[in-house]
Amino acid sequence: MPKKVSEMEEGFIMTTPRSSMQTKTGSWRAFKPVIDYNKCISCAICWSYCPEPAIFLKDGKYTVDYEYCKGCGICAAECPVKAITMVRESD
Amino acid sequence: MKTILLSGNTALSYAVKQLDVDVISAYPITPQTTMVEKLSEYVANGELDAEFIPVESEHSALSSVLAASAAGARVFTSTSSQGLLLMHEIMFITAGLRLPVVMGIADRAVSAPINIWNDHSDIMAQRDAGWISFFAESAQESYDRTIQAYRIAEDENVHLPVNLNFDGFILTHTYEPVTPIDDELVLKYAPKRRRKLVLDPNNPMTFGGLGSPEYYFEAKYQAIKALEGSLKTIIEADKEYERISGRGYGLYNAYMTEGSDTILVSLGSVGGSIREIVRRMRGEGAKVGSLSLKLFRPFPAKELAEVLSKTKCVVVLDKASSPGTIGGPLFLEVQATLKSFDINVPAINIIAGLGGREIGPDDIRLMFRKGLKVVSDKKVDKLLDYVGVYL
Repeated sequence: MPKKVSEMEEGFIMTTPRSSMQTKTGSWRAFKPVIDYNKCISCAICWSYCPEPAIFLKDGKYTVDYEYCKGCGICAAECPVKAITMVRESD
Repeated sequence: MKTILLSGNTALSYAVKQLDVDVISAYPITPQTTMVEKLSEYVANGELDAEFIPVESEHSALSSVLAASAAGARVFTSTSSQGLLLMHEIMFITAGLRLPVVMGIADRAVSAPINIWNDHSDIMAQRDAGWISFFAESAQESYDRTIQAYRIAEDENVHLPVNLNFDGFILTHTYEPVTPIDDELVLKYAPKRRRKLVLDPNNPMTFGGLGSPEYYFEAKYQAIKALEGSLKTIIEADKEYERISGRGYGLYNAYMTEGSDTILVSLGSVGGSIREIVRRMRGEGAKVGSLSLKLFRPFPAKELAEVLSKTKCVVVLDKASSPGTIGGPLFLEVQATLKSFDINVPAINIIAGLGGREIGPDDIRLMFRKGLKVVSDKKVDKLLDYVGVYL
């Protein structure tokens, strides 16, 4: 997205689709969800609850995209087998 | 074209019909109701090929036309008082998205107590929404300004919403002779101009996206500058309209202001009454003048300053209050204008006509006497005074 008044479209209209991809919301995160694949049953509940969505099925495993995950913790709260732990970023 | 008898409301509806508006959405509210009734009648009987969207509230009415405007349609809505207050949130969004929505406002007092009569409390509460804001003095002017409004709003250098204020009942319900211009001339003067950026499923774009702190200020700055810059287009549109119709209104109507001792500044229909009193008082030897402001946003400060610099006292009549500060909304603008342009003329504020309280000849004379007293006393006794209230 252009950042100057002179380059912006009027009314802040975004003419390029998927412009939200340019905002890497991963930097907002204080806690990061970490999946324990020994416990994970691949039920897809984390995938369906993730509001971003920042959880994808990759090589048969549900994987967090840390570039966009804001660390809301919904996946950890909803996981029926407690396979997701929220870990403080600085740790 | 032949002169016909129209009320302020039906004059506006007639202009909207001639402008071939595509989408209308409104919710009826006194004293705006007959305007919407007339428009729905035009749509129902086929005189106007438009979508009329009946909605459950004014919030939805403005939201509907906002969306239709984003899709490139020419739109119209109208409201009054509580309805305008319900639109408040969407008014900022319309201006922020730079959509050329045009709205008629039958100015009316705001509750409580509940009151359906005229003052300017409703529009003054929308002052900072970023819209262009006109005030009319007659049904003819309401009609003419409506046509100008579309040309201005849809100008590629403007792309901003416009509201047209006309006093509830005093203008909305009074029938006056109105001379419309020809249908073809209306569309020649204000042709539908399709914007470059519109909602289109084949070319998706994002309207109303998140403007995080990295972007918001620039987007807002752009809309602020657009409103400031619209003054040039507004003046040109009026001049061109005068050329084709013989009627132009300018930014204000100045009457006997040259060499005056006191000028009474007003907005809306009361201007005509003031001019009549000026005429009478001039006959009695009092050097008084009238300035009826036609455009409230963008505020034509520089132009106003030039007129007001030639008098000895400015009296500002507000038909709205701004409780808890030194004066009414119009007074604050005028006082700031005088100070900002280094014009050393004292100004006082009169608040009158709230909730439809009649402003009669004697009230106007009293306002002028207060201004003339400042001149003879060489000092301001009371910065803000109320006329017509029983204490």
